[in-house]
Amino acid sequence: MTERTRAPDQHAGDEAETFVYLCTSCPLGCRLEVDAMDGDVIEVRGHSCKRGIKYGTQEHSDPRRAVSTTVWLHGGPCERLPVRAAEPVPKAQVREFVRSLSGLVVEAPVAFGAVLATDVAGTGIDLIATREIVAEREREPVG
Amino acid sequence: MGDDRVWDVLIIGGGAVGATLARALSRFHLDVALLEWQAEVAFGVSKANSGIVHSAMHASPDTLKGKLEYPGNLGWRQLHDELGFGLNNVGEVLVALDDEQLVRIEEIRQQGIRKGIPGTQAWTAERTLDAQPNLTREVKGAVWAPTACVFNPYEAVMLVADAARRNGVTIAEEQRVVGIDPPDAEDPDAPLTVRTETDVWRGRFVVNAAGLFADDIAEFAGVRDFKILPRKGEEYLLDKRLSGIVTSIIFPCPSPISKGTLVNPTVDGTIMVGPTAQTVDDKFDTSTTEEGAAQVFTNARKLVPTISERDIIAEFAGLRPVSDTEDFIVGPTDRRGFINAAGIQSPGLTGAPALADLLVDILADEGLELDEKDHWDPTAPHPVKFNQLPTEEQQALARRDPRYAHLICRCEIITEAEVRDAMDRGAHTLDGLKFRTRVGMGRCQGGFCTWGCMQLLAEHQGITIPEVTKRGTGTWIVCDRDDHPVTTARNGG
Amino acid sequence: MPITSQPRHLLSRYDVTVVGAGPAGLSAAVAAREQGAERILMVDRDPEPGGILLQCIHSGFGLHEFKQDVTGPEYAHLALERVIEQDVDVLTNTYVTDVTRDLRVKLMSPEAGISTLDTGSLVIATGARERTRAAIKIPGERPAGVMTAGLAQKMVNLHGYLPGRRAVILGSGDIGLIMARRLTLEGVQVLGVFELLPFASGLGRNVVQCLQDFDIPLHLSTTVVDIHGHQRVERIAVAPVDDDLVPQLDKSWDIECDTLLLSIGLIPDAELARQLQLNLDPRTGGPVVTSTMETSLPGVFAAGNNLHINDLADWVSQEARAAGAAAGDVALGRHRARQDVTVTPGRNVAYVVPHTLSTERSQTVSFRVKQPIYGDTMLHLGDAHKRKVRAVVPPEMVTMKVSPKLLDGFAGDTLRVDAIPVEEEES
Repeated sequence: MTERTRAPDQHAGDEAETFVYLCTSCPLGCRLEVDAMDGDVIEVRGHSCKRGIKYGTQEHSDPRRAVSTTVWLHGGPCERLPVRAAEPVPKAQVREFVRSLSGLVVEAPVAFGAVLATDVAGTGIDLIATREIVAEREREPVG
Repeated sequence: MGDDRVWDVLIIGGGAVGATLARALSRFHLDVALLEWQAEVAFGVSKANSGIVHSAMHASPDTLKGKLEYPGNLGWRQLHDELGFGLNNVGEVLVALDDEQLVRIEEIRQQGIRKGIPGTQAWTAERTLDAQPNLTREVKGAVWAPTACVFNPYEAVMLVADAARRNGVTIAEEQRVVGIDPPDAEDPDAPLTVRTETDVWRGRFVVNAAGLFADDIAEFAGVRDFKILPRKGEEYLLDKRLSGIVTSIIFPCPSPISKGTLVNPTVDGTIMVGPTAQTVDDKFDTSTTEEGAAQVFTNARKLVPTISERDIIAEFAGLRPVSDTEDFIVGPTDRRGFINAAGIQSPGLTGAPALADLLVDILADEGLELDEKDHWDPTAPHPVKFNQLPTEEQQALARRDPRYAHLICRCEIITEAEVRDAMDRGAHTLDGLKFRTRVGMGRCQGGFCTWGCMQLLAEHQGITIPEVTKRGTGTWIVCDRDDHPVTTARNGG
Repeated sequence: MPITSQPRHLLSRYDVTVVGAGPAGLSAAVAAREQGAERILMVDRDPEPGGILLQCIHSGFGLHEFKQDVTGPEYAHLALERVIEQDVDVLTNTYVTDVTRDLRVKLMSPEAGISTLDTGSLVIATGARERTRAAIKIPGERPAGVMTAGLAQKMVNLHGYLPGRRAVILGSGDIGLIMARRLTLEGVQVLGVFELLPFASGLGRNVVQCLQDFDIPLHLSTTVVDIHGHQRVERIAVAPVDDDLVPQLDKSWDIECDTLLLSIGLIPDAELARQLQLNLDPRTGGPVVTSTMETSLPGVFAAGNNLHINDLADWVSQEARAAGAAAGDVALGRHRARQDVTVTPGRNVAYVVPHTLSTERSQTVSFRVKQPIYGDTMLHLGDAHKRKVRAVVPPEMVTMKVSPKLLDGFAGDTLRVDAIPVEEEES
């Protein structure tokens, strides 16, 4: 088992609490200890470089994830169209972001980077296509 | 079959015995049905074995299996000519590693000569290594038997069943027999009633060719006087890179209980090592084991020292239906019309075509009228083996049908046209395609071709992708997402 | 991406033929063109170029090659744009089934039939295949429901089907980790990831973001020891392994599931390499190559995962650029760089690619370490060069740029690549 690197939900209090995160900035994988009080980061320890401080602060105060998934595609070379969130999604909303796309069907053709939905699951974040799908007849071989 | 139709012969079991019998009976004006409990024929004992048509010198001529061995060997070769399944006459090298074994293998050769096996030779160590340079330097001598062949038993059985079907035999799959009604006290000549999970079949004669389950079927008929003891054999297929490491079937000198671990080329050019021989309780236990692998490779290295576990690309285990009499149990029983063809252990696969002829004679003795058809066709269009053709012939095929230029399986070079032909001949599961055409049998083990095969299977049967199975009921491969648009005959194509 | 360059007529002779249109092939074709080769053919078995990138819908690609974090399909799109600018003949739905040692190529495609053509040079960019159940001999029954992670990825991400409802993943390679998250987000219960080794085979980022984020347990030093189920997988048994990686069967436990995904490593697809009888490196499973990725058969180059298994598509593109450029040079009859330095794996190094270096031009050496070193590590290229890095782990490939200047005076030598903890060096 890897070490669980998330601390339980913080509770209000005067004393700083320590939270542990595994830094993913480089292969070193530093075990970061983040001291925080009332949600504010006071100190990051255990880092080997500046990237660790940035990662630890971000991961504690506003963890976000790149989100990519697929939606139904009609009239394309395959049944699913790859899509992604236009910007990182708050970690706590990742599941809801993906779940809300259930049943979404996109018709070919699809432009590369086309915005397919806006404000997905109330995140304020757009959904964009990550693959271009040309119309069926253009896919016919020329030769 | 919900009607009152009475079949002349019901064959229970679509393995080598059932299929060759069905085909032998198709020569006559008879209503014959073959009931197979699995999704396709040849999915049982006939599928998982060494794939060898034995030289016929090993089994004693005093046993039925010994008597049927050589005629069976000749029978398979004729079926190969007629139906075109893969069969290579590679011959057998029976190796002695010490002086005692030299004596023993010569006894086996003499037994072969008494049985009429042509062409056997006693080889010196030098002659043996000249023919098979990768054999161990420990070899003291060998017996050469040119009659041995390797073949694809599943492909052969499937094509034999297909030939029977072309000549009027009904092949009914997923028909698991659950009972046979007791005899009618009023009318002892009444046909037998065979009940499967879904249907009722009535037949004047019932042939029990149910392999591992022949004792259960005999019990249904009220004539169980033997027991089938499954004997497991694990087999390991090695990377094609080793092709040519041996060019004939390499046998060790047999022990009293087993033929031992063989190293042989398969008809497809891979090398196979095995089998083990372990009596098991479970008729479904086709698991491979660490111990089995260790045993096979330890033994194989005694014959061919460079063989390594690292080269395994596939492994499987098969069960041989060994009866507690240790010989075939063939013939009529106390139950009128119920004929056994049970306990067909090694060399049963080899003997099957001869056993089929014997069963036809037995049925005739029991009162079945044999009226030969005027226009019986012993041949069928041979399946195309695209990867074995010269480029010019491949190009000619592709010009006629572009599906010959569409590869489904890269490792084995199998085309869409060959896959479609297999489906036209009855393949309707992934395993069925694999065993008939070899799609997915190569290095990548289906990593690339599985999707293409699933699409073709779905399209051919008009079913959805989640309805495609590996080998019949319950063996689904993928399932639908929860948000799948209500499935309207999506063919995945 | 419209394939505007699908050729109308196949030429009978090409300067450079590239087999495979994944990241390696796309990059090699562009480099060959930039080097001046005129007739370039790229062949791919799939209906559209992009290779496995098209099913790798997750992000993490392109930081080096495109200076932005993109998903697999986006990476393919950006790479293909470069190809289309260059007017390369792209033939999809096509297999190269045979190549002879005098570089006659046999192609098969439903559109173009079966044809042969000659090529001045050849770049093999056919990628890798997944190790399967047979490769690691998992004992047990053979039910439906045992599938490689990459095949499951294709089913889920391209075709919209799920491999099952309750899945266990064997192997903590990146594909396995990525699929654990992917399946979880699609409603499949992922019951755990099991890894034979005492450390994860995939990137740390993926362990955090694919497993920990979703509370999926990672069991290290544990493996699958049995598979049960006559029809579909019903249950598997797992057991911890001892220091020699031998399963301790007395400590095994069962997990009820309907699916076992295998993410147990990739193997270079060396089918063409074998056919051409190229010298293979048993450590990588791919061909032995020079600093320009030329194999033991002059005119034949290899790049990407069929040469060695890369961790990032970006490295593949870079490596293939060297291969493609040299393939262009060879086709045009230009001088080949002298290969006068040999490199070989040394301490804590599993393999090194390429196998020879040139004192004439710049090149990149790529290698993987055997054991992780979580701390300052000194990388040595013989006595020619050393570089300190913060840490090395087996999942991450290590690269070193080697200029001709560094190799000055080492012509004819064999340089050993070592990765040693700095503290050990100093003591």
